[in-house]
Amino acid sequence: MSLKILNILLADDDEDDRWLFQKALSDLKIKTNLSLFKNGKELMEHLIRTETTPHLIFLDLNMPLKNGMECLTEIRSSCNLKAIPVAIYSTSSSEKDIENTFVNGANIYINKPSNFADLKNAIDKVLQLNWQYHTSNLNKDNFLFRI
Amino acid sequence: MKIYVTFNLNITRNAILKEQLDRLGFDYTIENTQEISFKNKLTTEQQLVLAESLSTYGITIIDDQKTELVQRIKDTINEMLADEEANLYKISSYLADKLNYSYAYLSNLFSESTYTSIENFVILKKVDQAKELIANTDLTLTEIAYRLNYSSVAHLSGQFKKTTGLTPSTFQKIIKKRKEFNI
Repeated sequence: MSLKILNILLADDDEDDRWLFQKALSDLKIKTNLSLFKNGKELMEHLIRTETTPHLIFLDLNMPLKNGMECLTEIRSSCNLKAIPVAIYSTSSSEKDIENTFVNGANIYINKPSNFADLKNAIDKVLQLNWQYHTSNLNKDNFLFRI
Repeated sequence: MKIYVTFNLNITRNAILKEQLDRLGFDYTIENTQEISFKNKLTTEQQLVLAESLSTYGITIIDDQKTELVQRIKDTINEMLADEEANLYKISSYLADKLNYSYAYLSNLFSESTYTSIENFVILKKVDQAKELIANTDLTLTEIAYRLNYSSVAHLSGQFKKTTGLTPSTFQKIIKKRKEFNI
């Protein structure tokens, strides 16, 4: 069993969604360390302050104060943060939204699943894949995944 | 007299690591509480010296043989995918021959420490090659499928869609737009 722990951040303004995400994550085999944020502003303030680089950031699109798209753009234009994989975690399934997030630098797009089993499954797949990109010599520029 | 002290363990840990790593003259980044990246590969000698200096502080380098074998499996897979002749072998016999362990053992070890199977990793690698070719060349999908030893374009497209959730053409469109935006 691998000893590594994945550092994960989630920004989502919906308390229930945050709780479900946390619950799903704790049920998985992959060991993780999760930090939660209520909006994009809190997340970005944390990212600027912290010294530990997260392995993956999950971003809801619609959030007050600073939305997911604004966070994504800021992350991708910051020298220190731009290499961090970003997963968009949203209820929108509009093709235009999805393509737009990818074009702006998102690596992963997850349609928020409607039940807990699917949610667990989706997060598991995303973490596994992210792990491969983190540990193997895969081209990060081409890291795109939609689920 | 007595004085009382309190520690901020994070700072303590980083200070110790920094002091030792600087002393040995490495070019490194402390990624998080459990990970240090080095710009250059350390020699066995350097690893031993580092392990010894850190052990004074009760810090152990986790570098077991399993991790190394997993890395060798990955290297061998890359080698195999890059070599047209090797591509004709079955991955299981190729790995077993090259590494001198039974495939069952290798396969178990791999799944245990990478959260994926050897088969999935091979698919991921091949799709990664396909992505490179789609993004950086003018080859058609048929040509890419042929080059990467897929039996048909449909097979490549199917595996691509399954691995990335996107069709090759959507992928191509996104990468192209990204280049225009210069991200």
